[in-house]
Amino acid sequence: MAIIETKNLTYTYPGAAKPSIADVSIKVEKGEFVLITGPSGCGKTTLCRCFNGLVPHFYQGDLQGEITVAGEDVLKRHTYEMAKHVGLVFQNPENQLFALSVEKDVAFGLENFGVPREEIRKKVDWALNQTGIYDLRERSPHEISGGQQQRVAIAAVLAMEPEIIVLDEPTSFLDPLSAERIFDVIYDLNRKQGITVILVEHRLDLTAKYTNHLIVMDEGKVRFEGNPREILSTEETRLIGVGIPKATLLYQLLKKDGLNIGKNMPLSSVELADQLLEMLGTK
Amino acid sequence: MSIFDGLKFRKVYSPIHNLDPRIKFIYVISIFAVAIIFSQVIPLLFLFVLQLPFVLLAHVQRQWLRSLRGAAFLAAIIFAVNVGTSFFYAGYKVTPPAVENAVALTLRFVVLVESFSVFFLTTSPDHLGLALEESHVPYEFAFAFTTAVRFVPVLAEEAQTIMDAQKARGLELEKGGLLKRIRNYVPVLIPLIVSAIRRSLELAEAMESRAWGATKKRTNLYSLKLHKGDYALLAITIGITVAAIYVRLYVIIPTIVHLL
Amino acid sequence: MIEAQDVRFSYANKVEALKGVSLTVKDGEFLAIMGQNGAGKSTFVKHFNGLLKPSSGKVLVDGVETTKTSVATLARNVGFVFQNPDHQLFSETVEEEIAFALKNFGFNPDVVEKRVTWALELLSLSQYRKISPFLLSGGERKRVALASVLAWNPQMLILDEPTIGQDHEQKEKLTQFIMQMQAQGKTVVIVTHDVEFVAECNPRVVLMKEGKIVAEGTGKDILTNPQVLAESSIVLPQIAQVFAKLSPLGFPKNVIDIYEAEKIILKATESKRQ
Repeated sequence: MAIIETKNLTYTYPGAAKPSIADVSIKVEKGEFVLITGPSGCGKTTLCRCFNGLVPHFYQGDLQGEITVAGEDVLKRHTYEMAKHVGLVFQNPENQLFALSVEKDVAFGLENFGVPREEIRKKVDWALNQTGIYDLRERSPHEISGGQQQRVAIAAVLAMEPEIIVLDEPTSFLDPLSAERIFDVIYDLNRKQGITVILVEHRLDLTAKYTNHLIVMDEGKVRFEGNPREILSTEETRLIGVGIPKATLLYQLLKKDGLNIGKNMPLSSVELADQLLEMLGTK
Repeated sequence: MSIFDGLKFRKVYSPIHNLDPRIKFIYVISIFAVAIIFSQVIPLLFLFVLQLPFVLLAHVQRQWLRSLRGAAFLAAIIFAVNVGTSFFYAGYKVTPPAVENAVALTLRFVVLVESFSVFFLTTSPDHLGLALEESHVPYEFAFAFTTAVRFVPVLAEEAQTIMDAQKARGLELEKGGLLKRIRNYVPVLIPLIVSAIRRSLELAEAMESRAWGATKKRTNLYSLKLHKGDYALLAITIGITVAAIYVRLYVIIPTIVHLL
Repeated sequence: MIEAQDVRFSYANKVEALKGVSLTVKDGEFLAIMGQNGAGKSTFVKHFNGLLKPSSGKVLVDGVETTKTSVATLARNVGFVFQNPDHQLFSETVEEEIAFALKNFGFNPDVVEKRVTWALELLSLSQYRKISPFLLSGGERKRVALASVLAWNPQMLILDEPTIGQDHEQKEKLTQFIMQMQAQGKTVVIVTHDVEFVAECNPRVVLMKEGKIVAEGTGKDILTNPQVLAESSIVLPQIAQVFAKLSPLGFPKNVIDIYEAEKIILKATESKRQ
């Protein structure tokens, strides 16, 4: 059963000349790790906001087509109702934390739902532990690093126990090492908790390896959808302006030169190196 | 920016900081009321001295003295105005009772200002925010308060960055006459305001996404429970208020002039 | 052009951000200052145009000590592009925004006009001349901020984290742009933690950690030295990662360019080719 399904989804912001997303029809199965990528302005941010109802309820504007998330028709539900099923983590770490201590921020969603105090305490502690920030719970959000702030944001969403977590370029402001740590946390949540993850990212070299469902968007439309190993090897994808992992590009260069390093197209440097080692090992 | 330094919360734990802000607030309002019903030096002096144990127990002497210095200017004006008007009223002479009266009124002003100062110096923003949430103030106000406090250091840093960015484009903030100097701040204020608006939008998105407005009956991770100290303070407050009313109605307070 | 001699710097809250940094930046050089967040990179470069003055030690720009002159004077030759363009944009039109610094520096109105047109063309913004900068997209606003600094043609360009929030194509354009500036003889300093970007441009690299310079060298040398990078919490660039794994087989370690990698692998596998 698809946990997210959209049919010909088209949305235009109020006052905009043309739609930000057009005719988007995608299906996401429960427990999947989906990666959405595309050049700036391709509509991926708008699409994320459709999943929890910010579009159209918060942004107004004109939404056409159908969208069903966790069995609910998003158009007919308030954003706070969707919050039970979908958690959204945004790009800027600082601007999504508003409480004076980390744990109060993580508790925010549960407080809004009117959950009794003991239960809030349990869920907050659990979320803090899942994201590895239990020690930071009494700190002020301003004192901690960007990477830690994003983990707080993830914990805050996790505490509400949604079936789906959507992350819109969560590592934009972070250095590569902090970014890797965030991806580890997200991947863990997907594997161990079975949470469906939708990640919007440019850094395909770090993230393509986690998924077998890649969606490439351009100018509001879905251009390619499927296995990254197939999509990332095409010329069209490269022309859209997507940042193909270097390992993939190198594999293709070598293939053109007549050297075939294994059947699979590598998505990460480690994969490429392993395939090369295997090939050379049989010398 | 030193103005914002005072608002950066320092986690100081003292018995006074741990008192429930609501009880502290009731105490401060009572002192306020008591100060108003008296116009003689002796009781007002008593009220002033009453604040000292709180200040010392909370280790906020330095900040308290600083706020005293801040109030000194206005206090001096009040004193001068009162002496001045009595001077003219009493036929161009300065009489001891008039001076004592002026001292009393100045003291009253100082007590009013200082009792609030002590309240804010001994209450952390977190604690204050929590007290607002737990009292029957609508949640939106408590939220606005804590969020504002949370972003003060962020805004301060941003203001500094913006000033740096514009200085790096040749803006000289200190140059020119008064009008030019005010105009110089436009390239600093506009980015600050635009950034604040953008930030509010992002915050609103995050709030909506975390179920803001889901139910009218919000719960709270924390709770403020009254402890022994709070009951003690409440008792003291009631005691002072009752005693004050009694003294005001039935006891004749000697003036200093009378005693000398 | 810039000479930093044993610079120490502490912020008002007594935290020592720079603990004795010495560096020389020559005219026309291309330098990348890298390091973790909080290593002191931004703090250091803010000394180059006098925004910050050293607590001890000296910073000389073209032979003049920064403590002996104003930021406005230093800014004439040292252009600083901040990370977030929204911290600069305030004008009603893109044209006015670009003219702002020129007016501050006292250029003649006709020179201002010419320079604005030149900067707009250089960054493909001519069609937005009369438009409000606030109506432009994120990438376009970044170009406006860049144009407004280039307009007064400073000899040195400092870019603070220029790749944050940029997609692949925007980063490529930025790389080309920097190369263009370099070709014109400008000194370019970028502060960044984006290893891939630095691997593409291959500048001189200075690595900072906890307020000190811990390593200096070519991009190739620094970015392929795992110990040095691990200490500064920096990740190896992708191509270097491949070769780090291949080194037990005798492959060279210091490879960061994809075409060089191609050549090396082809050579090593001549016998395996179909």
